[in-house]
Amino acid sequence: MRKTILKYLAGFFILVVLQVFVLNKIQISGYINPFLYVFFILILPFDIPKYLLLILAFILGVTIDMFCDTAGLHTSATLFMAFLRPGVIHVISVKKEFEPKTFPGLHNMNSSWVITYSIILIFLHHTFLFFLEAFSFTQFFATLWRSIVSSLVTFALVFTGFFLVSKPYRR
Amino acid sequence: MRNLFNFIAKNHFFLLFIALQAVAFIMLIQNNHYHRSFWINSANYVTGQLYLKYTNIGEYFFLKRINEQLAEENQNLINQTAYSFLKTDQDVFHFQDSVYRRQFTYLSARVINNSVNRRNNYLTLNKGSLHGIEPDMGIITSQGVIGIVKDVSPHFSSVLSLLHIDTRISAKILKNDHLGTVLWDKPNYRKVTMKHIPPHVDLQPGDTIITSGYSKIFPEGILIGTISDYNIKKGESFITVDIDLFEDFNNLNYVYVVKNIFGEEQEYLELTARTKLIYW
Repeated sequence: MRKTILKYLAGFFILVVLQVFVLNKIQISGYINPFLYVFFILILPFDIPKYLLLILAFILGVTIDMFCDTAGLHTSATLFMAFLRPGVIHVISVKKEFEPKTFPGLHNMNSSWVITYSIILIFLHHTFLFFLEAFSFTQFFATLWRSIVSSLVTFALVFTGFFLVSKPYRR
Repeated sequence: MRNLFNFIAKNHFFLLFIALQAVAFIMLIQNNHYHRSFWINSANYVTGQLYLKYTNIGEYFFLKRINEQLAEENQNLINQTAYSFLKTDQDVFHFQDSVYRRQFTYLSARVINNSVNRRNNYLTLNKGSLHGIEPDMGIITSQGVIGIVKDVSPHFSSVLSLLHIDTRISAKILKNDHLGTVLWDKPNYRKVTMKHIPPHVDLQPGDTIITSGYSKIFPEGILIGTISDYNIKKGESFITVDIDLFEDFNNLNYVYVVKNIFGEEQEYLELTARTKLIYW
């Protein structure tokens, strides 16, 4: 149990540092900004208490907001994504029961499940974030385009991340 | 009472989500006020120190360019000193010259955090209220207007970039002094828009745009950019001008913080004049 907590704590710091000092600094064709930090929400265990899921999302969002000068923006989007996570898992899974203490990854789920799961949640997060940031529907398609392109870049990074954290299943 | 507890226990996920989302929205709305008095920003101690460390490492890569810039600025300054002018009139004698009173002072600061790819961009500087920076001061470089100070902490300050939806800069066309408002409504960070120019004004692509000096924040004549294109949109009675910025916001390093010594006086006068009008 303690080992799991330490692992997630380390993951939290690594993702925040990567996001703030690497991803926020690189420019990919001007307006694409991948948000890899959502990976933290994606790899939380299946059986995590729902209130804990929301509280972790809140802490993660506030941390990112502090560095990005966008008080509340990332917090709101990350909360939205965390709120929808149990529902999305329920809808896209055939087998509704999961072994306790496992987390979503390539070692216990097939790759099409992982792809669907991450694309849906990343796209929901990014769309919510970019529309909240623009705070209007006047440039609807420009904002939508931004969220789609950024989602794809984030997804590429997240999928790489899944390869790194999903060790072959051992007992 | 027990029913209430049961209801909360049953719906705790949804209720907690609503509660936390409400907190997030309160932060978001407070942040949209011009003066934020909220600690969640990059001007606070922890994030400021981290960004400072990061910049200290990254700075070495820009030394060559900074040196060139400084040499150029020095050259311009030397050109303005008394030594570079020939005194032609030997009869006039100045004693305690009161014709020129200093209105603006400049303080150099380093940019330790910056972005250009968001809809609303901010900068963080490595100097704060201890160095005399206050909210509402202007930020410039030798190549153009950068932004306006929004928040200060003792050691850092947070700046509303020109690339922000709320930033409006009073500007004019250098050759004929016609006024307009510069704002950023494009995805491209090298371009801004100038609005509210009447259609009879003579414009050419390539004309220089400078600050008007009408607001108390920026002195007159700070560079902004050149006109790249202009057109009248259907149904509008003003010209919309596209401007190419001189400054590349993506590689800012050293900037100047402008303090207007008579700023408060001007603001007070303008405010009282306006309130008087209402009473009449």
